[in-house]
Amino acid sequence: MPKITYIEHNGKSHTIEVAKELTVMEGAVQNNIPGIDADCGGACACATCHVYVDEKWFNKLPKKENAEEDMIDVAFEPNKFSRLTCQITVTDELDGLVVKMPSKQA
Amino acid sequence: MIKTDVLIIGAGPVGIFAVQQLGLIGLKSEVVDNLDKIGGQCIELYPDKPIYDIPALPECTGQSLTENLLEQIKPFKTNFHLNERVQEITKEDKNWKIQTSGKKIFLAPNIIIAAGVGSFEPRKFSINEAEKFENKGVFYSIKDKSFFNNKKVCIFGGGDSALDWAIELSKFADVTLLHRRKEFRGAEHSISVAKQLEKEGKLKIKTPFQINSIEGDSNITGITIKTEEGKIEKIATDCVLGFFGLIMKLGPIAEWGLNLDKKTIPVNTESFQTNKEGIFAIGDICTYPGKLKLILSGFHEGALAARACFKLARPNEKYRFEFTTTSKALQGRLGIKKSD
Repeated sequence: MPKITYIEHNGKSHTIEVAKELTVMEGAVQNNIPGIDADCGGACACATCHVYVDEKWFNKLPKKENAEEDMIDVAFEPNKFSRLTCQITVTDELDGLVVKMPSKQA
Repeated sequence: MIKTDVLIIGAGPVGIFAVQQLGLIGLKSEVVDNLDKIGGQCIELYPDKPIYDIPALPECTGQSLTENLLEQIKPFKTNFHLNERVQEITKEDKNWKIQTSGKKIFLAPNIIIAAGVGSFEPRKFSINEAEKFENKGVFYSIKDKSFFNNKKVCIFGGGDSALDWAIELSKFADVTLLHRRKEFRGAEHSISVAKQLEKEGKLKIKTPFQINSIEGDSNITGITIKTEEGKIEKIATDCVLGFFGLIMKLGPIAEWGLNLDKKTIPVNTESFQTNKEGIFAIGDICTYPGKLKLILSGFHEGALAARACFKLARPNEKYRFEFTTTSKALQGRLGIKKSD
């Protein structure tokens, strides 16, 4: 299974295996990783599964759709590496992906 | 004071259907919701997005689902108390006394919490100074637009609220519209009106900028804004408005002595009662082994909670299970008159 590394805002790192076809958000929620709230449950409707994708990885991800870019507008302190994890599906290509959580989601 | 059999917190689909289930068995309910409209997440987050897993409705939207549910509860003439958040609950003899943010007081033996992920509140600026100036120059909604007459106003946001207010206030205030990226996500028409006003010199638009600091002692004198590359600019302003949509917060529910599991309330699956007698939780906010956060699960949960409410609301009566297809009593409550 692909390994994903989630880094909390305080620097605490969690590397876990996430089954393919799950989203990066589901990987975090199902493994009780703090820092990703996902209030709307994955409908790209709340921007509380926001992360900063590691620079090296950002361009390797499938591009954002408009709906995701629009939601990032209301995310907490977005930057150019911002993504919503409910919109990133885990594949073999994403093995080793590193994402960092903001200080809070809202 | 309003006396009722059941106070429902949350006017989403699950709260509305609970009204129907309670009404069928002869219980009266009142519904409180913090939003200014009925429908909860369905209306606030995805009114136009399709939903495909409501039984017997192959496809619907958040909007149409809400409208149909309201049609279904029409016979019960239920009061919805909108723009009200339940603040405090206290036990008074066999009843719960419920107080809202608008100082309404309810007395009911049962409370059904159908509050989803909590109440919707405006998203705020992330910088610390914003809190100090909240309602004293920093605003997240507009109640009286004349307040901004001839003032210097900075509006942050990229959606319809930010655009609409920028256009409206530019008629009588010195408005700067700021957004984190060049593209606005509001309606095409509003975007072109704003750009036209900019050309005419009636509205300033600055992108891509986010807020960096707010300056001033008792009143705001100005703000600094920054680009992602760290370029900082200073703008003199009297007011700062932020339109970043709404976020869900559990809010006062966390202080009622209910057992909580993260942001959800554990219940037993026989009655959907919480650890407090007479307080039930249904829909996304409740949790139990195997819980699915589906609207259809919330409907089932409401049906069972309604029967449990009956015991406390009518302690001297016996509940009878009946079908709407055949029961004259149920059909009577639905206002159906049959000539046979």
